Amino acid sequence: MRPFRLVKVAGKSIIKNKMRTLLTMLGIIIGVGAVLVMVAVGDGAKSQIESQIRNLGSNMLVVTPGSSSAGGVSRGSGSFNRLSLEDAEKIKNESVFVSMVSPVVTTFSQIIGGSGNWRARLNGVDVDYLLIRDWNLASGSWFTAQDVRSGKKVAVLGKTVADQLFAGQDAVGQTIQIRNVPVQVIGVLEPKGQTPEGSDQDDVVLSPYTTVQQRLSRFRFISQILVSTSNQNDIPAAQDEIGAILRESHGLAQFEENDFEVKNQTQLADAASGTTEVMTLLLAAIASISLLVGGIGIMNIMLVSVTERTREIGIRMAIGARGSDVLVQFLIEAIVMSVLGGAIGVAIGFGGAALVANVTGWSTVVEPNTVIVALVFSAAVGIFFGFYPARKAAAMNPIDALRFE
Amino acid sequence: MDASAVIRTHGITKVYTMGATQVHALRGIDVDIQKGEMVAIMGASGSGKSTFMNILGGLDYPTAGTYELDGIQVSALSKNKLADVRNQKIGFVFQGFNLLARTTAVENVELPLLYDRLGRVKNPRQAAVRALERVGLGDRVDHLPNELSGGQQQRVAIARALVTEPAMLLADEPTGNLDSVTTVEVMTLFQELNDSGITILLVTHEHDVASYASRVIELRDGRVIRDEYQQRASAREDLERILAEREREELEEVNT
Ligand SMILES: Nc1ncnc2c1ncn2[C@@H]1O[C@H](COP(=O)(O)OP(=O)(O)OP(=O)(O)O)[C@@H](O)[C@H]1O
Ligand SMILES: [Mg+2]
Repeated sequence: MRPFRLVKVAGKSIIKNKMRTLLTMLGIIIGVGAVLVMVAVGDGAKSQIESQIRNLGSNMLVVTPGSSSAGGVSRGSGSFNRLSLEDAEKIKNESVFVSMVSPVVTTFSQIIGGSGNWRARLNGVDVDYLLIRDWNLASGSWFTAQDVRSGKKVAVLGKTVADQLFAGQDAVGQTIQIRNVPVQVIGVLEPKGQTPEGSDQDDVVLSPYTTVQQRLSRFRFISQILVSTSNQNDIPAAQDEIGAILRESHGLAQFEENDFEVKNQTQLADAASGTTEVMTLLLAAIASISLLVGGIGIMNIMLVSVTERTREIGIRMAIGARGSDVLVQFLIEAIVMSVLGGAIGVAIGFGGAALVANVTGWSTVVEPNTVIVALVFSAAVGIFFGFYPARKAAAMNPIDALRFE
Repeated sequence: MDASAVIRTHGITKVYTMGATQVHALRGIDVDIQKGEMVAIMGASGSGKSTFMNILGGLDYPTAGTYELDGIQVSALSKNKLADVRNQKIGFVFQGFNLLARTTAVENVELPLLYDRLGRVKNPRQAAVRALERVGLGDRVDHLPNELSGGQQQRVAIARALVTEPAMLLADEPTGNLDSVTTVEVMTLFQELNDSGITILLVTHEHDVASYASRVIELRDGRVIRDEYQQRASAREDLERILAEREREELEEVNT
């Protein structure tokens, strides 16, 4: 009953002084709005990256040679390449959860053919590669298991390479030269776009890994093994299983760390979005400062209003308000104003995020969590910055307050 | 000593210390006031009337002495308990009305009930409207203070003082800001309230106002120099006479 009456008292005071209320809330409104827009921009960038990662392939795991440490000395990521074809073979044969496997041998090479001369990434892969990557052919055909076994000199071109070498013509059936070896183009891939890091996935030539290793370069190392499971739920189990298979294959003792890494797409996304996370934090920090300034604004106006309302406080005390009643009233006023300001700020933030998306073309995402945190934070600002003025009001002596002009 | 004493003070002193100088505002006041009395407190400016009223009203503590209100040792109470006494036992009326601005008459009047810790009144608004009707402002319930005349504002303040049904009404120069007719109007109201059993103490400079009280206490330099009972004049009769005179004057004006 009594707390409710004090809420009523505070509510009336807020409603009766619309201008003062608005001025008090303004800082919070702008602060919360700014935080929301900033975080929406950051989260938008992050979700874009995540969708790009998902675009890398379906149910995909990536095995890379990882940092290995011997005697406590870390040799750094990929410093000692220990992924081998046998590893890929073992995963394929021994794993229960893995349905497709493709080693990837990567090198860069000058490609000559058609009208041009183009430097591109040359990936030596197995037949499963396209399915793992969820990639389709735009024209032509893909190489067969037989082609892989025999190391046939065939290639499938990414869209960018095809455009560079055979602009306007059909690339399929043409012959290109890789390191002076003639290779027949049997297919062209559909465009796949950029990786989260911004490199062009279509700027690539795919050939059987045997061909790349034996005929096109002396590059023997496997840079990645791509693996996919038939079922998304199997991914964690597959991750563990591959770990165990490779540890055994590499003869690692119990105490030795993995000299490879098995990452799923979420982990890849986290790695790729690490920088945007920093950016989001930075933006949020800047915006939080404006929220802080908003809080100081609340305190400022409330302090002024305590002085301005000295007479009112005196009247309330004279008719029986305790110091604590006045304290609670002022605190409630502060909290209501800051939460109300927060809510208006959230509304403005939504609008602002939409506007930013519209004007810049960035994607912006307002997460429910951001809204909750913003509201809780503004209530906290209200309590924190409302407390000092409220205590000042409560400590007044009724006579002095009444005599105040 | 009479058991029906509402107020009993003994040796009340008040010393204001301002730096090196000390002001002895009250120098030992012993006063008993019985239930149902209507007392006027008089005295020159600076004689200590307001200081005394503030102590009686629980707005301030005496420097020394005891004050018993309705059987409670007020001078020994904590700040919070004193606030509760102000809320439940005392109705205070100020010279400057002290209504909350931008707040309607009825909201001003119900305010003390919102601070009532006992929650004795279940429907504060209804009680506030009744208090306003009692002071003759039943038709001004939703008016703001700045839409009311001085006399009406003071009546709102009196309604606010009455709404908690206190043991007594304290009024520090309640008519100080009012013209002569309104003064008599407000005094009529005080007399009616007193007739209905409410104990009233009021501070005034004017002998006319004091004549409506049944007892006059005069202070000088913080001491009681006179404490007399008297036959009180009727404010209602005076009001009727003044109004009749006015009517006659107006008629004469029309005739000439
Ligand atoms: N807060 C204060 N601090 C210092 N001195 C004070 C204070 N309040 C009152 N006094 C002094 O105490 C004495 C009594 O003041 P008080 O206000 O009680 O007089 P009063 O009889 O009400 O006068 P008035 O008729 O002018 O209202 C005065 O000398 C005054 O200056
Ligand atoms: Mg005075």
